[in-house]
Amino acid sequence: MNNKTGKKVSFKNWIKTYEGQKFYISVLFLLIPVVLLVVFTFTPAVNMIIYSFQDRDKYGADVTWVGLENYRTVFSDAGILSTFKNSLYYLCGSIVQQVLALLVASILCSKIRAKGLFKGILFFPYLMNGVAVSIIFKKFFVKGERGIVPEGTLNYLLSAFGLDPIKWISAESPMLANICLVFVSIWRYVGFDIIMYIGAINSISPDLYEAADLDGANPWQRFKYIVFPSIKPIISLQLILAVKGAISVFEIPYIITGGTMNTSTFVIDTINTAFSKNKVGLASAMAVILLVIIIVVTLLQKYLFRESNDKVKRSKRKGADKR
Amino acid sequence: MKTGSDAVQTHVKPKKPIYWSRIIISALSYLVLIIGCLVVLIPILAVIFGAFKDSKEIANTSALAIPKNWVFDNLKTAFIDGKVLKGLGNTAVIIVISCFGTIMTGTMTAFVIQRFDSRMTRFIKSAFLVATLLPNISMQVTVFQIMYKLGLYRTFAAPIVLYVGTDIISIYIFMQFLSQIPTSLDESGIIDGASYPRIYFSIILPNLKPAIATVLIIKFVGIYNDFYTPNLYMNENDPVVSTVLYSFISGKRTQWEIVFAGIILCIIPTLIMFLSLQKYIYNGLVSGAVKE
Repeated sequence: MNNKTGKKVSFKNWIKTYEGQKFYISVLFLLIPVVLLVVFTFTPAVNMIIYSFQDRDKYGADVTWVGLENYRTVFSDAGILSTFKNSLYYLCGSIVQQVLALLVASILCSKIRAKGLFKGILFFPYLMNGVAVSIIFKKFFVKGERGIVPEGTLNYLLSAFGLDPIKWISAESPMLANICLVFVSIWRYVGFDIIMYIGAINSISPDLYEAADLDGANPWQRFKYIVFPSIKPIISLQLILAVKGAISVFEIPYIITGGTMNTSTFVIDTINTAFSKNKVGLASAMAVILLVIIIVVTLLQKYLFRESNDKVKRSKRKGADKR
Repeated sequence: MKTGSDAVQTHVKPKKPIYWSRIIISALSYLVLIIGCLVVLIPILAVIFGAFKDSKEIANTSALAIPKNWVFDNLKTAFIDGKVLKGLGNTAVIIVISCFGTIMTGTMTAFVIQRFDSRMTRFIKSAFLVATLLPNISMQVTVFQIMYKLGLYRTFAAPIVLYVGTDIISIYIFMQFLSQIPTSLDESGIIDGASYPRIYFSIILPNLKPAIATVLIIKFVGIYNDFYTPNLYMNENDPVVSTVLYSFISGKRTQWEIVFAGIILCIIPTLIMFLSLQKYIYNGLVSGAVKE
């Protein structure tokens, strides 16, 4: 008895000390976030791997083990494999997007009037609701039918210039349809990259510009020898993120075409397989494959960036030596 | 400043060729910007015009034709019958609860992980780090089963729990910011005899205000524009902004003038927020992305 009460008292005292406070604060503060992390991130991740070897439906009834069957299906299904081809459109699109963003960002960093207005207009699509954006472009690309459907905005513009209307998004030309969807994606996201590059360019020391001006550098030389080398790490980070982005495209094609007309992406296929076709096992296998791809790309990014960080450090050291 | 440097340049470099090439370059610059803005604005303009046409006019005129007589009924129809009002209300409820939840759990997690360095906190930190790798949308394949088993499917709790519980970027922003708040501030609190909860609430939390503002902006934009979470987990009769808009085009007959009116109504809150918080939005969203 004595001992027990003695222990209790000491526990009471201990909890009041900073050591004790640290303990109960840690438990109290971390309890909810860690429970949420385990329940909604790690459990589903583990389940994903388990389910990928099973044949099961949305609600988990009728589970049978099928071994590697799901993975075999993914790699032999022509429809699923063609989504990787579609990802290439988005990958090329994001390269175009980076180039455009860099061009506009360097223009907006030079002496220009109404900078804020241009910046605001170009950035605003990024804040717009994705469903709204998708609907806007669903209408934008419409091919009219005489007396039934009026031409969409784009075809109207074409006819204003005396050109014939085009079937932009149709099963006849999956390539054109995909390019249109990539255009929407660029339209929506390029503003964000512009803002990011503006930030990066503005963080370059003004001394460098002055030196360039003294040497009589033209804007292109200024970009090539000062801006580009300084923001190279950000550009390469963006390109790696673009790989991840290209394979996880979902919203815009899902809403505009629903993944029909050969415009589906891997994630759309995954979600449709799980929730429309009710094949959760197969969808889990697809999710695992996506996860593996993303992990590989991330590791690559970590590896490449360690290298570029070292280079930055080395060049700094060299600079210091010269001084 | 500007006039000064201009004056210096014209004095030092009066050579004409450079002068001309500068004019051409700046003309090209404006051209690029203006084309960019037209590309952004023309699709939106078609929506604005369409929203104020009646159903006959929208079927018979081109998308960029200015409405002959501006009809405001579409806005009303979309707002009430089209459930945009309901969608905005539900979105607001979800945003408020999720933001509160994210800020509380995010700052608390960041405080413990950043301030109490121990084997446990380092382990939890790396657990959060690993979680950032998991691809969000395709994870829903298995998250769905858990939601269903917990009975959260078709409730408001489903999106809220996901917005709060799987938001690791916010924790990173808070940790980043906390590392810049000197620990001597905590120590001075300890010297004054403040307990750790007291330090958290009256020293850490007030000092995190700028980071909280950043997270609020990122959260607002993210939740307001999120489509797949509410589409997957919420009851169709209780839509949010995104699912209301989606319901407009997923039916059999699409009334474009109502759809366009709905789009305008849903974008107005975003526009107001953007115009009033412009500077914070640029900084906030970019700092959120750079943490990745």
